[in-house]
Amino acid sequence: MKPHLIMLGSCLLAMVASAGYTDAPPISGYQFMEPETRQLQDDDFLNPAMFLVEKGATLWGQEWTDGGATCQSCHQNIATDMAGVAAGYPRTDPVSGRMVSLEMKVISEIAGRLGAAAPAYGSEDLLALTALIGFQSRGLPMNVAVTPESAPWIETGREIFTTRRGQLNLSCANCHQDHWGEKLRGDTISQGQINAFPIYRLTWSDFGSRQRMFTWCMESIRAEPYDYGSDEYLALETFLAVRGAGLAIETPGVRR
Amino acid sequence: MLWLAAACTATAAQGDAGSLTGVPGDPARGLAILRDPSLPSCLICHSVSSLPDRDQGVLGPSLDGVADRFTADAVRLRIIDARKASPETIMPPYFAIDGLFRVGSRWRGKTIYDPQQVEDVTAFLMTLAE
Ligand code: HEC
Ligand code: HEC
Ligand code: HEC
Repeated sequence: MKPHLIMLGSCLLAMVASAGYTDAPPISGYQFMEPETRQLQDDDFLNPAMFLVEKGATLWGQEWTDGGATCQSCHQNIATDMAGVAAGYPRTDPVSGRMVSLEMKVISEIAGRLGAAAPAYGSEDLLALTALIGFQSRGLPMNVAVTPESAPWIETGREIFTTRRGQLNLSCANCHQDHWGEKLRGDTISQGQINAFPIYRLTWSDFGSRQRMFTWCMESIRAEPYDYGSDEYLALETFLAVRGAGLAIETPGVRR
Repeated sequence: MLWLAAACTATAAQGDAGSLTGVPGDPARGLAILRDPSLPSCLICHSVSSLPDRDQGVLGPSLDGVADRFTADAVRLRIIDARKASPETIMPPYFAIDGLFRVGSRWRGKTIYDPQQVEDVTAFLMTLAE
């Protein structure tokens, strides 16, 4: 790395360290839910999103090409091999050197390492595998590292979060930073934290990733969403992970 | 479309905006429009205590007595583009297309209300005297 790049990197690090991401300590969306919705998440037998974890466990032991390897072949003990892993995503991939979300990492394990057709972003198979991996971090604090590689992504994500957009001309921050805790029709606006994904969302009657939630919020302010897996969503996700640092992972979560 | 051009220029005056159509607004139609969730309802953010609607908004001030505080022209301006009254407002511009970023393709180049809807909602608000 050239010296001025190192300088730039450390300036960004200093900015990130000093600026602070919320004016308040992070609070999980769980705290803003009705007791009945919390109960659904708390009880593994009632939690609809546990379906994803179970399905993920089946996929974990499945061959992706005829006679080929399973995830289990290399990651033999998921409980220990994947403990805390999801809590650190997005992160710099040790193989490609690029920032990746957990979804992108699983896709590259299947497409790259196993040479099989990877499930699409947003597909139930990918939700299932990321829910299974996320489940191994349940209760552990989100701890995405601020590094010279991640710092620019965090800054871009912060910019996306605070930029007004759409026909309603609102930013994510207008709701999730300036008005959390207040009512918006039936909902209480939360801080827009991402520690529970993938979730089962009652209003969708369906599962969803972090990026599906971003798209839902963008569409509700009549803004053009970004594509799943886009650099913009990766930046937003990285920023939100750092903003919510320390929150316990709740995967698989339930939301209203 | 002529009224789209109007959407860009109607707010030139600071503080007030005259009728967009010259046709008096209909308060009853205005109430129906104001409640319509498909036209981002004013009740997302505001409350009107004479209405039975549940879960009314708290992000903006109550509209009770708004006709005592504002003229029709001042109300109309806020509906057209509240940024003209307070630049950092979170109230969406209901009849403006300028200064917006990444509007979804379905809504791009379109205003939330058409001119007569602005007049109708203005007329309803002017019934809210105490
Ligand atoms: C008009 C207000 C509003 C805006 C603007 C908005 N959201 Fe939301 N968002 C909500 C509501 C309402 C919910 C559902 C209840 C809750 O968790 O806050 C929600 C939920 C979320 C959640 C899920 C929180 C959880 O605990 O599971 C995330 C993440 C989120 N929003 C991110 C965003 C992002 C990113 C943006 C900007 C693109 C954005 N939101 C813009 C209102 C908004
Ligand atoms: C041939 C052996 C092999 C197979 C099969 C394999 N992996 Fe991996 N995986 C690795 C190795 C080695 C690493 C560590 C280097 C890296 O991160 O790429 C890894 C890393 C990972 C990571 C990142 C862990 C971290 O600490 O960030 C995830 C997540 C993962 N694998 C998921 C899977 C999934 C899901 C499957 C099945 C679809 C799978 N792997 C199949 C070898 C394998
Ligand atoms: C996203 C929230 C939001 C929506 C939706 C909204 N407003 Fe507002 N409105 C506000 C806020 C906040 C204010 C306070 C002043 C400011 O910030 O501009 C306000 C102020 C006003 C005022 C001035 C009231 C006063 O006492 O100062 C009027 C009149 C008004 N709004 C009418 C409407 C009408 C009519 C609609 C629907 C066509 C509407 N608003 C939709 C947020 C909103």
